Amino acid sequence: MSFLELRGLTKRYDAVVAVQDFDLNVERGEFVSLLGPSGCGKTTMLQMVAGFVTPTEGSIRLDGQEITHVKPNRRGLGIVFQSYALFPHMTVADNVGFGLEMRGIARAERQQRIEETLALVHLEQFAARYPREMSGGQRQRVALARALVIKPPVLLLDEPLGALDAKLRHDMQIELRALQNHVGVTTIMVTHDQEEAMTLSDRVVLMNLGRIEQIGRPYEMYEQPNGRFASTFLGKANLFTGHRAGADALVRVAGRALPAVDGAVGEVDYVVRPEKMRFVSEPEALVSGTVEARAFLGNYWLFQVATELGNVQVTLPNTGLPDVQEGDTVGLAWSAQHARVLPRGAGAAA
Amino acid sequence: MTTAARGTPYWLTSPAVMVMLALLAVPLLLTLSLSFYSFDPVAGVKETFTWGNYLAVLTDEYYHEIFLRSAWLALLTTLICIVIGVPEAYVLAQLPQRWRAVFIVVVLGPMLISVVVRTLGWAVLMGSEGVINNSLRALGLIDAPVRMMFTFGGVLVALVHVLVPFMVLAVWTSLQKLDPATEHAAESLGASRATVLFRIVLPQVMPGILSGGLIVFALAASAFATPSIMGGRRLKVVPTTAYDEFLSALNWPLGAAIAVLLLIAVLVITLGVNRIVERRFRQVFQ
Repeated sequence: MSFLELRGLTKRYDAVVAVQDFDLNVERGEFVSLLGPSGCGKTTMLQMVAGFVTPTEGSIRLDGQEITHVKPNRRGLGIVFQSYALFPHMTVADNVGFGLEMRGIARAERQQRIEETLALVHLEQFAARYPREMSGGQRQRVALARALVIKPPVLLLDEPLGALDAKLRHDMQIELRALQNHVGVTTIMVTHDQEEAMTLSDRVVLMNLGRIEQIGRPYEMYEQPNGRFASTFLGKANLFTGHRAGADALVRVAGRALPAVDGAVGEVDYVVRPEKMRFVSEPEALVSGTVEARAFLGNYWLFQVATELGNVQVTLPNTGLPDVQEGDTVGLAWSAQHARVLPRGAGAAA
Repeated sequence: MTTAARGTPYWLTSPAVMVMLALLAVPLLLTLSLSFYSFDPVAGVKETFTWGNYLAVLTDEYYHEIFLRSAWLALLTTLICIVIGVPEAYVLAQLPQRWRAVFIVVVLGPMLISVVVRTLGWAVLMGSEGVINNSLRALGLIDAPVRMMFTFGGVLVALVHVLVPFMVLAVWTSLQKLDPATEHAAESLGASRATVLFRIVLPQVMPGILSGGLIVFALAASAFATPSIMGGRRLKVVPTTAYDEFLSALNWPLGAAIAVLLLIAVLVITLGVNRIVERRFRQVFQ
């Protein structure tokens, strides 16, 4: 039995289905992300776990206890809201201490736990400040401290880094991961940012149109997406539609025969990640084309190549100025094991 | 910026400034100077300087009672408007979009009708042969009519009814700025609904309660139509007293002195309260 069990959770608003048949087991101490585009039902899902939205069907069990219809103030979960939702009229210490006060914990112990938790998020010296007097990143930490101080069985994070700028986001991602490891609290995070989901989570739950597309560890899911949606939402992907006669046959895409090791047969989607592609000279090339654009993205270079298969994206790690220029004719190759062959229209919500 | 361009904003605001000067500042100044003139029942108003009018008001218990009554009336009206208006605005904010529009019209609708008409409505209800008394008598609950007209309670009820929309509007504006997630956050931390309302929502709508309270207090203290219809001569308040001095006793200087004292009292109280509340709830006023 898992620590947190979500069984067949469904939420319907009149005719609109926000979440459909959501099943998930979360183990104690695990960090799980719900990832998906806006409107995929991930926030509704989190709200159901938090207790702010009542599921139409299904059940939630926490540590063996049925909590589907328990009120939010009796669930004892820690929640970090996208807007942080700090109490503007209270000091940082009072914000953090609010949950303890509600639990009737004596002032002295409260004080001590507030200090401990603020130290955990490196805000010891800000206890007497008001939220308004702090930066976005600091408010984020206060929100985190406020949720952690009550020692919740589960921590729920709703787009916790969404309001921060890119640099701060990166720093906070690493810090959040370290903090979660240190505290060991079971965590569910909602995000639309695939990079954030991959950086932070033990497992990623990919959602689309109210359903689960795929559940897996970030690396597995990136390398073995189960469908068109998973391969394009998580990372970049070149996706071609083709046909494959048999398990040992090559995949025919736009009149070309492309290699593959295993995978589906029949009408298929053929997927190759941009970083798995190489520039090669004509004899070795699986396909050739003209470089239409070259962009420098810091740690890598991105090329767009117009080929018979359509536009193909290729990335190269930035190990120097590449000798491929815009307008050049190039050959492209990749190894058979880097291509993924998926049945056309695979994926739960497709 | 050239000198001419720098002057432009002043030129552009000058029509509004002129209107304000003509309609507000000049009458106020005239009233102020009038309050220092002396009055003789035979000769009428004399353009001399005297503190006599102020001394008369400040030393006469008759006026003390009237000023105290006005203060009480304004204070109680404000408190009742807070007690009714704040929950009303909160409920309004919780309603689904469609119903909210309907109920905003219901709440603000009475403001489209003249205060005199609304107050006369209360008179119809509260008169000794009014709807309430007749109903109670028909039900056999009372023998003699309950006196409601020309009582403090009657004036209070009518004033609250007239002024509560101002409170609802002010608090409603404050509620628009409230992050609903703060309520959820408090709930998730174990707070009950009541605790959420008193500890989280209420302090955050203090600016609305304050501005609504100040408006209601000032309007209640200077209300004329409602107290004169519901209270009449038997229950005088400051504005009706000033009116009587002007039009019945024809003692304009005394009436002006009463009006000036009312203005000063309202200003001092509202500014004082404003300062105290803003300081106490500094964080939500930013």
